[in-house]
Amino acid sequence: MAEIVALGIDVGSRSMELVALDAQAAVVDSARLPTTFHPVAQLAALLAGRTAPMVTATGYGRELVGQVVGSEVATITEITAYALGAAVSAPRARTILDIGGQDTKAIRLDAQGQVLKFEMNDRCAAGTGKFLEHMATVFQIPVEEFGVFALGGREGVRINAMCTVFAETEATSLMAQGHRPEDIAWALHASVCQRTASMLGRVGLTPPLLFAGGVARNPCMVRLVEKLTGVSPIIPEDPDTVGALGAAYHAWRRWASSAQSAS
Amino acid sequence: MQHDAYRAMWERLDLDLPAHDGLLQVLGKFYGDIYMSQQGRLQGMEYLDFVLSEVHGLRIQELQDAKAQGRKVIGTFCVFVPEEITLAAGAIHVGLCSGAEAGTELAEQLVPRNTCALIKSFIGFKLAKLCPFTQSCDLVVGETTCDGKKKAYEAFAEHVPMLVLEVPQQKRACDRELWKAEVLRYKAEVEALTGQTITAQSLAAAIRTVNARRRVLQRLGALRAASPAPISGRDALLINQVSFYDDPERFTGAISTLCDQMEARVAAGEGVAPADTPRLLLSGCPMAVPNWKLPYVVESAGAVIVGEESCIGTRNTRDLVDESGTTVEEMIDAIVDRYLRIDCACFTPNSERMDNVVDLARAQKADGVLQYTLLFCQPYGHESMKLARRLEAEGIPNLAIETDYSMEDVEQLKTRVEAFVEMLRSRRG
Repeated sequence: MAEIVALGIDVGSRSMELVALDAQAAVVDSARLPTTFHPVAQLAALLAGRTAPMVTATGYGRELVGQVVGSEVATITEITAYALGAAVSAPRARTILDIGGQDTKAIRLDAQGQVLKFEMNDRCAAGTGKFLEHMATVFQIPVEEFGVFALGGREGVRINAMCTVFAETEATSLMAQGHRPEDIAWALHASVCQRTASMLGRVGLTPPLLFAGGVARNPCMVRLVEKLTGVSPIIPEDPDTVGALGAAYHAWRRWASSAQSAS
Repeated sequence: MQHDAYRAMWERLDLDLPAHDGLLQVLGKFYGDIYMSQQGRLQGMEYLDFVLSEVHGLRIQELQDAKAQGRKVIGTFCVFVPEEITLAAGAIHVGLCSGAEAGTELAEQLVPRNTCALIKSFIGFKLAKLCPFTQSCDLVVGETTCDGKKKAYEAFAEHVPMLVLEVPQQKRACDRELWKAEVLRYKAEVEALTGQTITAQSLAAAIRTVNARRRVLQRLGALRAASPAPISGRDALLINQVSFYDDPERFTGAISTLCDQMEARVAAGEGVAPADTPRLLLSGCPMAVPNWKLPYVVESAGAVIVGEESCIGTRNTRDLVDESGTTVEEMIDAIVDRYLRIDCACFTPNSERMDNVVDLARAQKADGVLQYTLLFCQPYGHESMKLARRLEAEGIPNLAIETDYSMEDVEQLKTRVEAFVEMLRSRRG
């Protein structure tokens, strides 16, 4: 394997990802683990002894990475990391939508890939992956299959509450009224997407749109984003690792400039 | 803090002593973390440290001593209450506690849950018997600057002697007439309370006193336009906050000395942060003591705050009362005009505020504007959207934050503010 010169680590609320780059900024290795309530132990497992001259961390738990790596770690916010990640995985993207475990972000970029404007959800996890995960549990369907299930639904049922607890109550009473579970599942997805679309509207959605984060794997969400915004989103091959990729690229640039000044 | 010496006084003021001890302990720790940890602070800030450490002690003792000599204490929550009139009648004018979560559950029995943190705070402080300023007041003066306050004062009036001034919502000739009638009503009320008639001499002196305090704060503001920034935003906010509590003449003297130190620092090209530190202007709702949450998050994220476009900031200090009047009537007119220039979001359409923010951002050489809106504050919430569009059109980056006094969203705020600072840094290249 080529020598690793830069590591990017994204410690999210649900999962953590690692991306390793070589001297040509090519991805040579990547890994992913759930965050759990023991993120430091999980980080050690994620790293599995990997080291690099430059390490950049991002995400919710970015400050923890230094404890595990041992060497100095640069930290950047998810906003900057996603912008950098998009520059690598979808260089033409002008808007990024990221729906992760507890955060939803909408980021608008200029032609050079610099952040122009961004929006994040408030303190509550409404409209994030956590919401869909909880609802999948209510439906007793694995979260990975929830989107496919919802695609079998038809329009017509509406869920108004955005609070996870109230939305569950609403879904339960819709079931009691005899609505098809698929239609209710579709409506739950639509309520998340509605919120997402207004966030995109506030940053000034400009295509091409990159849809990243774990929720980008949900086909119903992809369909609804396209329906509500009129823009067909680009889904990266590995939507969970865009943040880690951006962090890795940040580390790689620091490596490249230090290599340059050393020579 | 010499707490023991003040216990008898607090007891006489009917404070809930154990709860008040708890509050002071929390505040002391909070102040230590946010203020005493700063590097390269100006020497003159010791005055502020002292004033703040004695804000519930020595300053309250002073108020009690003044009351023993027959002086009256008037408490306010808003920069619309004309302090010149209070002072001209020999009374003392103080801002009341409204910047921390206190007695929230009690407050929610008097006002709806979706009321802003500032209103809940002043009601909570009173009901939980935690604010020695409110307890010292002979009169509390409210105003109609938003529906939340307007209705809250109705409930508050059952607990304190209350007077509510009507602030108009537009700035036409008939609104000025209304406001002048209110200023004259306030004058009559204060004269009745103090038994002192306001004279041309006492009013002229009061105008000079309050103008002098505004001028020294203007000077402080102008010095913050320097790069590197000579003072942290936290310290400058504290100075503005203390201006509502301390004796005006003592305050003006102390801040004037501090400005001399700042001038020397600016001349030497020194500052509290490197010259390439992103500079932010705060804009929006007031941050009452000890609401230092957002400034702390901002300055911990590697930015420096160079101005506060708020009631505890430039909205209170930008305009002076014209000093050329010689009769009481002329001076009252000058006061009426000065207060009607305040660009509070309670006015419609209040477009001058948009211009004022843009001008201030440019004057302070701010790289961006951080809009701060208290959750449930309709007037500033609306203007935040309007201001965002205007700033965008002017090419000034801005981030709008909506929050309250609780600490549960600090991590999310940090991410947002850090991302904004990273964005400003990358723009500079």
